[in-house]
Amino acid sequence: MAILVIAEHDNRTLKGATLNTITAASQIGGDIHLLVAGNNCKGVAATAANIAGVSKVLLAEQSTYEHQLAENMAKLVLELGKDYSHIISPATSAGKNFMPRVAALLDVAQISDITAVISADTFERPIYAGNAVATVQSLDSIKVITVRSTGFDPAEENGSASIAEIGTAHDAGISTFVSEEVAESDRPELTAANIVISGGRGMGNGENFGLLENVADKLGAAVGASRAAVDAGFVPNDMQVGQTGKIVAPDLYIAVGISGAIQHLAGMKDSKIIVAINKDEEAPIFTVADYGLVADLFDVMPELQQKL
Amino acid sequence: MKILVAVKRVIDYNAKVRVKTDNTDVDLTNTKMAINPFCEIAVEEAVRLKESGTASETIAVSVGPKSCQEQIRTALALGMDRGIQIETEDSPESLSVAKLLAKVVAEEQPDLIIMGKQAIDSDNNQTGQMLAALSGIPQATFASEMKIEDGKAVVTREVDGGLQTVAIDLPAVVTTDLRLNEPRYASLPNIMKAKRKPLAVKTPDELGVEMKQHTKLLKVAPPAERQAGVMVNSIDELLEKLQSEAKVI
Ligand SMILES: Cc1cc2nc3c(=O)[nH]c(=O)nc-3n(C[C@H](O)[C@H](O)[C@H](O)COP(=O)(O)OP(=O)(O)OC[C@H]3O[C@@H](n4cnc5c(N)ncnc54)[C@H](O)[C@@H]3O)c2cc1C
Ligand SMILES: Nc1ncnc2c1ncn2[C@@H]1O[C@H](COP(=O)(O)O)[C@@H](O)[C@H]1O
Repeated sequence: MAILVIAEHDNRTLKGATLNTITAASQIGGDIHLLVAGNNCKGVAATAANIAGVSKVLLAEQSTYEHQLAENMAKLVLELGKDYSHIISPATSAGKNFMPRVAALLDVAQISDITAVISADTFERPIYAGNAVATVQSLDSIKVITVRSTGFDPAEENGSASIAEIGTAHDAGISTFVSEEVAESDRPELTAANIVISGGRGMGNGENFGLLENVADKLGAAVGASRAAVDAGFVPNDMQVGQTGKIVAPDLYIAVGISGAIQHLAGMKDSKIIVAINKDEEAPIFTVADYGLVADLFDVMPELQQKL
Repeated sequence: MKILVAVKRVIDYNAKVRVKTDNTDVDLTNTKMAINPFCEIAVEEAVRLKESGTASETIAVSVGPKSCQEQIRTALALGMDRGIQIETEDSPESLSVAKLLAKVVAEEQPDLIIMGKQAIDSDNNQTGQMLAALSGIPQATFASEMKIEDGKAVVTREVDGGLQTVAIDLPAVVTTDLRLNEPRYASLPNIMKAKRKPLAVKTPDELGVEMKQHTKLLKVAPPAERQAGVMVNSIDELLEKLQSEAKVI
C-alpha cells in the first residue's frame, strides 16, 4: 500500500498544510510519496524531501502546472495516482479544486475535509458546519481524500527523501490563467498562526481594523474576519474565517465585534483558547469563549495594545 | 445561450442541527428546509444573465425525492424558465449526483452550468468539479465575479491567497462563492406564475445511471462540547488570565 500526497505550495514555499496532511497519511500507514507539481519549484521539492515520513518526492515542473489549474492538475494526478491506495491533498482552495476531478475520473467518491483517521478506509469528517461529525467508510479501491489541517499535527522536518522528476506535461487546453491578486502581509498566515485576532461587523469600517493589526503585531498574530466584515468591504476575502472561509485552530483566538453565528463558529471553535470582546452580553460568541469581556471595542482595543 | 443550474434541498441555514440519539444520522423531521444558499446565488446569476440578454433559456435541476420539487419551484419563482427533478432516495452521493447531472448536460447541451460551491449539509464541495470532469469540460470554482466574452467565461475565484482570475472555454461549470451576487426574493405574483412553469421528472434508469454506493455512513455524532468559560471585567484581568491561567501569551 502506497499513498500519494499532493503538496500545497506557491512555487516558492511549501505551505504548512502539507505537513499536517503527511501526518494524516502516516496515520493511514504505508509508503508515502509526495507530489510537487508547479513551475520553477525545485526549492519546494528540496524542502518537501525533508519531511519525516516521506520516502519519495515526485517533482513535476511544467508551465502548465504553474497556477495549478484544475484541468491540468487532475490529468497529472490521474496519471500518477492509479497505482496508489490513497490519493490525499490538503483541503486548501487548490486541493478542493482539482481533487474531485481526480475522484470522478477514477470513478470513486471523494471523502472531503477529514479530521481524523480511524483506519485505512474509515475517517471522521465534520458535516453541517461542524454541528455533527460523521464517521465514513470508503468502499472504493482507491481512496481520494482531502485533509482539514486543524485535525492533525504538522509532521517533523528531519527526513531525507529522494527526488524523482516526472517528465509528462499535461495541458487540457480548455482553461488559462489570467491574473491574480495575492494579498501580501508580513504577518503569519491565518491557517498557520498560533494566535489569530478577528474582527466582525462591529469594527465599523476597514480603517478600524488597524486596531486589530496593532495588537496582532505585538502578539505575532494573524488577522482574520467574519463574513459580514468581508461582505461589507472592510477587508479582503482571504481573511474570512468560517464554514465557507478558512478553518483555524490556533492556541489563542480573539473575536472582536463578532456575534458568533454558527457559520463563523464552524471555522474557529476548535481553537485552544477563545476570547470574545463584544458590547452585547447576549452575543452567542460568549457561549464558546473561555474568556469573555463585555465592552465597547473602541474603548478596550487601544488599552489592550498599550498593555501588551 | 442556455444555462443549467443545479439546486439542492438542504436544511435552512438558520435551523438548529440535531443528531439522532442512536447516532445514525442527523434528525431532519420537522426541520425547516430550503434551497442551499450557494445554489440560490447560482440561480440569481443565471436569471441576471437572462435579464441582460446573454442567456436565452435557464433550467433548474435537482436530484432527490419528490420533496425537492419545492426547491425547483422556488428557483422557478426566482425567474428560471423550467425545471427537472431526478427522482432518487434521500441524500444521494455526490458522485452519483454528478453522473446524473452529466447525463442531463449531454441531453440539454447547456453552454454554462452554474452550481453552488458547497452544500451546507454535506459540506462536500465536490459535485461541480466532478460534473465538469465527467463532462470533459473546464471549471471555475468559488466564483466571486463572472463575465461571458468571446465564447469564454472569465471568472474571478476566491482562493486561499486572495483572488485568481481564469478564462475557461464554454461549455463550463462555474461554482458560486458568497460574494458573486445578492439573491433577490421571490415576489408573490412570481410564486404564482412558477406553479405553471414546466417541471419534468426523470429517473436514474431513464438516464442510464446506475446508483452505486461508494461510501458507508457508520456513525453521526454531535461535536465535542466546549466548556462554558468565565467573564472578565477588564483588559487587565483578561491579560492576567491569558498569561498565568491559559499561558497562551
Ligand atoms: C451559506 C452561508 C455561509 C456563511 N459562511 C460564513 C463564514 O464562513 N464565516 C462567517 O463569519 N460567516 C459566515 N456566514 C454569515 C453568518 O451567518 C453571519 O452573518 C456572520 O458571521 C456575521 O458576522 P458578524 O458577527 O461580524 O456580524 P454581526 O452578526 O452583525 O455581529 C456584529 C457584532 O458586533 C458587536 N458590536 C458592534 N459594535 C461593537 C462595538 N463597538 N464593540 C464591541 N462589539 C460591537 C455586536 O454586538 C454584534 O454581536 C455564512 C452565512 C451563510 C448563509
Ligand atoms: N442532490 C442535488 N441536487 C442538485 N444539485 C446538487 C445536489 N447535490 C449537490 N448539488 C450541486 O452541487 C453543489 C455542491 O454540492 P456538494 O458538492 O455536495 O457540496 C450544490 O450547491 C448544488 O449546486
